[in-house]
Formats: sequence, structure tokens, C-alpha cells
Amino acid sequence: MDEQDIHQLTAAYALDALDPDEERAYEEHLAGCADCREELVAFRETAGSLALAAPPAAPPSALRDRILDTVHEERATVVPFRRRLATPLLGGIAAAAAAAALALGLYGLDLRSDVSALKSSRQSAQTAAQILASPNARQVAVSSGGGTLVVAPSGAAALVLPDLGPAPEGKAYEAWVIEGETPRPAGVFDATRGATVVPLTTDVPGGATVAVTVEREGGVDEPTTDPILTARS
Amino acid sequence: MATLLASWTAGGMPAQGMRRELVHLSDEALVALVARSSDAALAELYDRFGRAAYALALRVVRDAALAEDVVQEAFLAIWRSASRYVPERAKAATWILTLVHRRAVDSVRREERRRAAPLGDDVPATAEASEDVAWMRLERERVQRALAQLPDAQREAIELAYYGGFTQSQLAERLGQPLGTIKSRVFNGLTRLRELLDETDTEQDPWTNRTSTS
Repeated sequence: MDEQDIHQLTAAYALDALDPDEERAYEEHLAGCADCREELVAFRETAGSLALAAPPAAPPSALRDRILDTVHEERATVVPFRRRLATPLLGGIAAAAAAAALALGLYGLDLRSDVSALKSSRQSAQTAAQILASPNARQVAVSSGGGTLVVAPSGAAALVLPDLGPAPEGKAYEAWVIEGETPRPAGVFDATRGATVVPLTTDVPGGATVAVTVEREGGVDEPTTDPILTARS
Repeated sequence: MATLLASWTAGGMPAQGMRRELVHLSDEALVALVARSSDAALAELYDRFGRAAYALALRVVRDAALAEDVVQEAFLAIWRSASRYVPERAKAATWILTLVHRRAVDSVRREERRRAAPLGDDVPATAEASEDVAWMRLERERVQRALAQLPDAQREAIELAYYGGFTQSQLAERLGQPLGTIKSRVFNGLTRLRELLDETDTEQDPWTNRTSTS
């Protein structure tokens, strides 16, 4: 596809009308094209106007309650999302985790800045560090990219991904734990340049498979794309 | 402002006082509060955009139960990913409706609920124009006027893509046109629509001058 063609996909992208292959290609292009990103801002706004031109309809009032109830439940169990871990890890755990990281061959890993799971927090970064530092943790190679799945004896697990890179524009990574047929969501995350450590929000039983897919920002309830990497525990 | 935001994190202010204050905040400020886990701010965003979100979802998925699911998924996505909202990239309203539209399109493609019938005939219209949606009615009329000025083929391509959830190659098949023709119609149509909307954009920004919906 030549340059001119791909720029022209901005309009269809704003309408969510690209075919999956083209959408992927366009998002790769978008990451490196400031012109398209600027263009997209304007087209998105035009698409937003189309949204408001839909025939009026009032949602049932129960919907508001349902959304807010779900949010309350989630807040009770999930520590609020932070864009990036800003607080250094506690010294002891950090030292042990750094040693574990060395053992995993992650010489460049800086846990203070690289633990960047969505819905993560200082606390879960410590969890990740503890998993990494756990003497009896099992380590399993990830199918591609040289990553490692680390599973503590408790089933708590973390993915260590040395070279994942940021998710495409408007997307996020989502981890899954697959036992039998049904993938269970195990956390939505983004990655920065360099190594990423992702504590999974779901325990990994022996024999289960961990997979990562690229999904919409905010995550989904079941995977909609093929995994970009897998690991069998 | 930073101090104000900090004091508004969950539980930092009595619910009623918070509620009263939230009404005066911009959409973007509300998203910033949602990023700090303020469910009151999410409720306020729902009160502002829930109706538009539901109307859009219903138009695309054409099934009330599915439309509710779409709106719920979208607001949960807002809740979970508010920290990733970048004000420079989109108004909060645009960001929210983008999330809704994407989920609606995913839903309709998943359910394969697209129909051969022309769009628009079977959409249940349940709301009457009432005072609290005056800003939406004005904006709807403005966009419909602009759409009406597009050449028929471009309007058809844009409406089927955006409201029908068809991809460009599905459109090509459905309309019996080469893919290149469809791509030109979508690109030229949306470009023209953008120009038309810019021309008619009055001093009054419908996003900021609407009447309160709470």
C-alpha cells in the first residue's frame, strides 16, 4: 500500500470501518505519522457528530444503576489504575526482584519504572516483585519475544516481557488464563519501550495456558483476536 | 486545581456536596476525576452522555438489550481507562462516543445482526424531544442538514459504514462496487461532511452550552 493510500484510511478508521488487516496496518502507520494523528482528531470529531445524529432514544433507568453497581463492586476488589508506577518499590523486595530479574536474563530491567500494568498499583507491583523473587517460582518460556512466565507456588503469576513495546493507538494488551475451553481475563496492560512486568490478576493453575491478545483500550470480556504470545504453565 | 482534584478522590467529600460541584465541571475534568476513581464523576458523565450513548448504540445494534450491553461495556471501559484519555486527542464527549461506537460495531459484527433491509426503518424511537435534550436535538438537526448536502453515494457509504457497522469491503460487496470506489466515497464523504460541519459550527458550541441534563 503506498503512502497516499494509507493516509486516506484515516476517515474510514474514524468510522470504525476498516477491515481487520487494514486496521492493523493503519494503526502501525499511525504510531509513526504525526499528520495522520492530527487528521484523526478532526475526523473523530466528525464521527462524534454522526453519533449525535442518531434517532433519539432514552435508556432504561435501570441501566445507570447497573453500571454504577458494577463500578462499586470493581472498586471494592481492584486497586485504582495508575498510568505508571511512580513510587519506588520497597528496598528488600526490589533487591530480591532485581536478583530474580538478573537470573531471568533481564539485565536492563528497572522494576521501579517498568512495572506498568493497567489497573495496577504500587501494591501489585510489589506482588509482581514478590513473584519474581519467590525462590520456588517456576519459569516458563513464552512462545515468542523471549519472555518468561513466572508462577509462584501459590498460583500467583507474572509475565516478564523484555521487548513488547507499546500497544497500538487505542489498544491495550490483555492477558488471559486458559484452562479447558474458556479464557479468563487476567489483566489489561500497556507496555513501554524496554521490559514490562505484568502481574496477572488471575491465578495460574498447573497445566493452564497464559495468552496475551491485543484488545480495545479498557479490555474486553473474551478475546477477540489471536494471541500474540502464549505460555503453558 | 490539582489540590482540588486530590481532595475529590473517592470518599474525599460528602456525596451531595460533590454532586453539586460536579455539575459545573467540564467533561474533561470529570474524566480526570474518573481516572482518580471517582464514581460520582462517572455518574455525572453518564447523566450527560448516557442518552446519546444509548441512542447511538441502539441505532447500530438495533436491539434494546444489546444496546444496553454496549453502553454498559463502554462506561466500564471509561471507568477502567480514563487515565489513558488524552485531552489533546479528542474532546471527552468525542472520546466517550468513540468508545461506544467501537463496542456497538464489535457487537453487531459478533452477532451478525446486520440486515439486508435499509437502515432506519426498524429503529424504535422512544424518546420525545424534551427540554433536557435540546442541545442534542440542535446538533442532530445540524448534522442531518450537513448529511443531506452530500452526494447520495457518499452519504450512503458513510451511513452504512457508521450506523450499519459495515467494513469497507463489506460495503463494496453489498453495494456491488469496486473497493477503490467505496474507499473514495468514504474518504471524500467524510472530508466533505467535516467541511460542512465546520461551516455551520456557530459561536455556540453544542457541547458546552447545552442545558444541564441532571
